Amino acid sequence: MIDELRLLRHINEPGLNTIDVYERLGGYGTLRKALLEMDPEAVLEELEASGLRGRGGAGFAMGKKASFIPKGAMDKYLCCNADESEPGTFKDRLLIQKNPHLLIEGIVIGARAAGINKAFIYIRGEYELQAGILEQAVRDAYYKGYLGENILGSDHTLSLVVHRGAGAYICGEETALLDSLEGKRGNPRLKPPFPANRGLYQGPTLINNVETLCNVPGIIEHGAEWFKSVGTEKSTGTKVVSVSGDVRRPGNYEIELGIPARDVVFGLAGGPPEGRNVKCWFPGGSSSPILLDEDLDRTYDYESMAEAGSMLGTASIIVVDDSHPIVDVAKSVANFYRHESCGKCTPCREGTNWTAKMLERMDRGEATPMDIEIMAQVQTNIIGNCLCVLGDSMAMPIGAMIEKFRDEFEEHIERRREELDRAAIGLGAEELAAGAHSGPSELIAPA
Amino acid sequence: MSGWDRPADLEKDPAVVPDPADVEVPDDLREEIEEYMRRYPDRRSAVIPALHAAQRVHGWCSPLAIAQVAAVMRVTPAYLSSIASFYDMLNEEPVGRRAVYVCTSVSCALSKPERVLEAIEEQAREQQLEDTEIRAFECLGACDMAPMASVDGRYVGPLDPSDAEEIVAAIKEGRTVLPGRGLEDEDYRLPWGGRA
Repeated sequence: MIDELRLLRHINEPGLNTIDVYERLGGYGTLRKALLEMDPEAVLEELEASGLRGRGGAGFAMGKKASFIPKGAMDKYLCCNADESEPGTFKDRLLIQKNPHLLIEGIVIGARAAGINKAFIYIRGEYELQAGILEQAVRDAYYKGYLGENILGSDHTLSLVVHRGAGAYICGEETALLDSLEGKRGNPRLKPPFPANRGLYQGPTLINNVETLCNVPGIIEHGAEWFKSVGTEKSTGTKVVSVSGDVRRPGNYEIELGIPARDVVFGLAGGPPEGRNVKCWFPGGSSSPILLDEDLDRTYDYESMAEAGSMLGTASIIVVDDSHPIVDVAKSVANFYRHESCGKCTPCREGTNWTAKMLERMDRGEATPMDIEIMAQVQTNIIGNCLCVLGDSMAMPIGAMIEKFRDEFEEHIERRREELDRAAIGLGAEELAAGAHSGPSELIAPA
Repeated sequence: MSGWDRPADLEKDPAVVPDPADVEVPDDLREEIEEYMRRYPDRRSAVIPALHAAQRVHGWCSPLAIAQVAAVMRVTPAYLSSIASFYDMLNEEPVGRRAVYVCTSVSCALSKPERVLEAIEEQAREQQLEDTEIRAFECLGACDMAPMASVDGRYVGPLDPSDAEEIVAAIKEGRTVLPGRGLEDEDYRLPWGGRA
């Protein structure tokens, strides 16, 4: 565990989301340092040296990404991705609601490092409370001169607009986010060109997650060495982990990357309710391949989760206990991605739909064991064959479920088929539940 | 019924950008949309906020709402329709001015949200709640509050089917839904005592 919280340090301070309290706690002091005492190159170097990796899921080095933005005078953009919609993830919600100025300070410093003058925060439409708080914070920051022209008397100018989405998970994908921000349907773009070369309005664009940008002020204030003093070699710093599902204490916890996953799930979140065990868990939101109880002994960081065949993703742990059939969990995952597929690429549009339908069939008792094979094959045919990873986000966890719980899938199909057969000859659900189907003689029982 | 299930009317010409003289737009709405257009390097970036604003006025993205936004933004109605049909929070049907979204995604799904949804629907019928859209929604980003719902943007949870009666009554009477149990409430705590 970490000795001192970093991102969540003052999180429960009353009124932290107002500019007065934020300033009283030293807020915007780092901005002063970054603008008046450091040149942009030094800021960028510090970010690169920190090893800070993107907190939105992909884990790409933030400093490196910023360094890809071409130099020179042109329209360049920074987009803060606040479209947090991955099931299991609610860390950005907390950061925006409680500490919006930390994000704004991070955006101004990040924009400075990459020589950007226009910034947008794309926040999901459902976060009405948080968007309102953020809009107020932006107005206050403008009023105090932390945004706008010649910030704090420096040569840095930045405009910042809060843009509300309207309910589409796909807009969290960076290129779909850009299309949506340009006023189109949120369809992903073909890459390359990457956003760093041609992004928003065809200009170079730096896209970062809320939590990534919230880490920036700390790195500039205390230095890259301080940031790296916790975490592992390749997973530096602390991470806000959202833990939900079957645990006693769901919530957001700031942890040092590289501690055992069991310490998070059991130590912090209290583990599953009395008398139940961990059946499986998603280490990084619903799009990460599931892991089993024994994997909780692994360390919780980018490399270790990749080694286990999964990913850290958004670091959102969903714990599923042994009271849930795996088919139910799979159905819930498939239905989400089926609904959210934008429909642009066939493997994703059709694959998510097929998978959801096959799982329905299994539940209705109309599936055969062969359907498991077909379903597994559909998953393989999605992965890597689309413009973005939305389809993969379903295919990977469903694939892992089939691999790790094949027996249960088979058993589920068989049981439901039997139930359907019995229902067909007139045994009602109540009689079935009462055990009327226990012997073969009941098969010919009168209706 | 989503967009592509509806046949195109081949008798009609495609709608063009409306002539501003033909479409009357309430002043407030026009000003709000123009303010959004000023924020962006490309005015089309304002479509989502503009449609949201029109939906607030008309209750849904009705043909008139679309025509008004099209007239102010100088885009075709079809373009706006392509946007309204893509995003879950924009409605091309008059589903209701009030919205109750019950989260049914992975994390919430573990705590049987469909029972909460059914209870709210049943109460809505019983109490004859009108002009309210009640639907299952994809992850609302409040898995710590599971099972939860968003009532006109107010996040409440964890919910039990027995809360449905009060939720519906509060919407009907215009009261705050479940005071003390909303994410925005000062003293909000999760059942185990933690803060959300």
